[in-house]
Amino acid sequence: MSAEPRAVRLYRTMRLIREFEERCLAMSLSGEIVGGIHPYIGQEAVAAGICAALTEDDVVTSTHRGHGHVLAKGADPKRMLAELCGTTAGLNRGRGGSMHAADVSLGVYGANGIVGAGAPIAAGAAWSFQRRGDGRVAVAFFGDGALSQGVVLEAFNLAALWQLPVVFVCENNGYATSLPLNRALAGDPVERAAGFGLTARAVDGMDADAVADAAAEAVERCRRGGGPAFLECRTYRFNGHHSFEEQVGLNYRDDAEVGEWRARDPLRTQSTRVDGATAGAIDAEISTLIDEAVEFARAGRAPDPAEALHHLYADGTTPRPGVMI
Amino acid sequence: MAALAYITALNQALHDEMARDDRVCVFGEDVRIGLTQVAKGLHDRFGDGRVVDTPLSEQAFTSLATGAAMAGQRPVVEYQIPSLLYLVFEQIANQAHKFSLMTGGQVEVPVTYLVPGSGSRSGMAGQHSDHPYSLFAHVGIKTVLPATASDAYGLLLSAVRDPDPVAVFAPSALMGTVEEVSGELGPVPLGSARIHRTGEDVTVVATGQCVHVALAVAEAMADEASIEVVDPRTIYPVDWETIRASAEKTGRLVVIDDANRMCGFGGEVLATAAEQFDLTARPRRVTRPDGAVIPYALVLDQALLPDAAQLTDAIRAVLK
Repeated sequence: MSAEPRAVRLYRTMRLIREFEERCLAMSLSGEIVGGIHPYIGQEAVAAGICAALTEDDVVTSTHRGHGHVLAKGADPKRMLAELCGTTAGLNRGRGGSMHAADVSLGVYGANGIVGAGAPIAAGAAWSFQRRGDGRVAVAFFGDGALSQGVVLEAFNLAALWQLPVVFVCENNGYATSLPLNRALAGDPVERAAGFGLTARAVDGMDADAVADAAAEAVERCRRGGGPAFLECRTYRFNGHHSFEEQVGLNYRDDAEVGEWRARDPLRTQSTRVDGATAGAIDAEISTLIDEAVEFARAGRAPDPAEALHHLYADGTTPRPGVMI
Repeated sequence: MAALAYITALNQALHDEMARDDRVCVFGEDVRIGLTQVAKGLHDRFGDGRVVDTPLSEQAFTSLATGAAMAGQRPVVEYQIPSLLYLVFEQIANQAHKFSLMTGGQVEVPVTYLVPGSGSRSGMAGQHSDHPYSLFAHVGIKTVLPATASDAYGLLLSAVRDPDPVAVFAPSALMGTVEEVSGELGPVPLGSARIHRTGEDVTVVATGQCVHVALAVAEAMADEASIEVVDPRTIYPVDWETIRASAEKTGRLVVIDDANRMCGFGGEVLATAAEQFDLTARPRRVTRPDGAVIPYALVLDQALLPDAAQLTDAIRAVLK
């Protein structure tokens, strides 16, 4: 598969994320997935483009809107969907769900429910890589909302100060839930990052090729010991912040604005870079894969309630139960 | 017998563990010069790569330790002020502590959070005098509170070797103390209590510096009652077996604990005793008041800390 042109690989990853998310959204609305999801639809070029520059040994920290990152880093969609359905066959044995999905064996240190929390964790992994001198790189994904989190700015400083091999990827989709960026951020994301000494640039987050080029450059610089980078990927989420918006119909974005971004659908753009027969074959392949994933997830076993606190401690320390008669 | 200073014990544990295990590294403010003495000499011996002076970015360096731990290191993070743990509670309680369960056991986060100088510092006032170990126990973080130099050495060693996050609270009142130690120093397992003095009439469960208060009171009251002094040493998980065996042997229980009364560790011991122990008298506890904020003036500071007179009264109350 690695012999495939990058454009084809990017298309496959993006198609996978799109179809996975559409199915998840339906399963969320039907109640098969509890707790809802933060759909990644519209932002696929970012996860696909960034992860195209990474190897299995590299690490990513993800966000509440994390499905795209986890899949693009190579996680098995079957086990990912099984996780969202809360089964023991899930990536996290049904203990994490949408907001904590992780596959540590592939360097996915997890989606994270606290905005910006992954940035210093990625920097810590990068610190470890630097110490070992093993050429690995860490990537922290976060949204524009995270630019208002102090810990993210602290992480920028430490990364630049210590020249850590970490790439901070800001997926600027324009909104922190309902708050538009121009009501949240004084100044400019790239200038802010550059002010910390990060090599910073903006890239069209609706163009997987552009993201992949920028990622390759930043990641290779990190591998050579050239220091950390910040990439602002300008993108847009086509759906609401969370699947509950599909039901309650919040209205904080102009229809015209949504329409303009939808017209720049990154998946459609990427499809024009792949010949029709190849794209058709990938579409069929992904469709089958997702059908199989749904079947696999639905067949999963619910965890045993008696094991609700299994894995709380790595050494098996057992907490006292909530009632002792 | 050899005299071992409490602070030397902590420092020695870090030296020994760093020499034994290349993955152990230290993060914190002013650790390069060993400002608190806990990291003394580590930088000279192990260098910049393993002893990392951090800027005043507690939240970032706490989570940086999490990421480094997930990537295979065993970081020790030093905090000069106990209240800094409030600043990083998200990074410890909501991040590091939860990864094992949230990932279904995919990853370990072996980080040690070391607070040399927790509790009142006699004049450091409101924001430097808390002793927040109960808070950590409440959310389920492994938490130790060594009362002697040998326990400080042994518990810190075990904390660093543990696969989970562990908070080590070294009481400020003990930093300058010395213990006569015989034999080799070694690890002290987490979750194991230490019976400092055996007795027949009353069990005093004492934590941190209160262990020494309890021992002094037990000695002073020796003609009145035979008092057993039990130090849990680990605040979470608790060695309930040892505490229960002692309390049921004597039938009487007093806890002395330098935490706030409301939802403090002492309250948990009493609640557990009420539910599960066979006692002959209502148990008592001596603690800080509810939600205490330590004032500056020394008499006010000391007025809020559990002391020997209060413990004596409590022991007499259970003996009635």
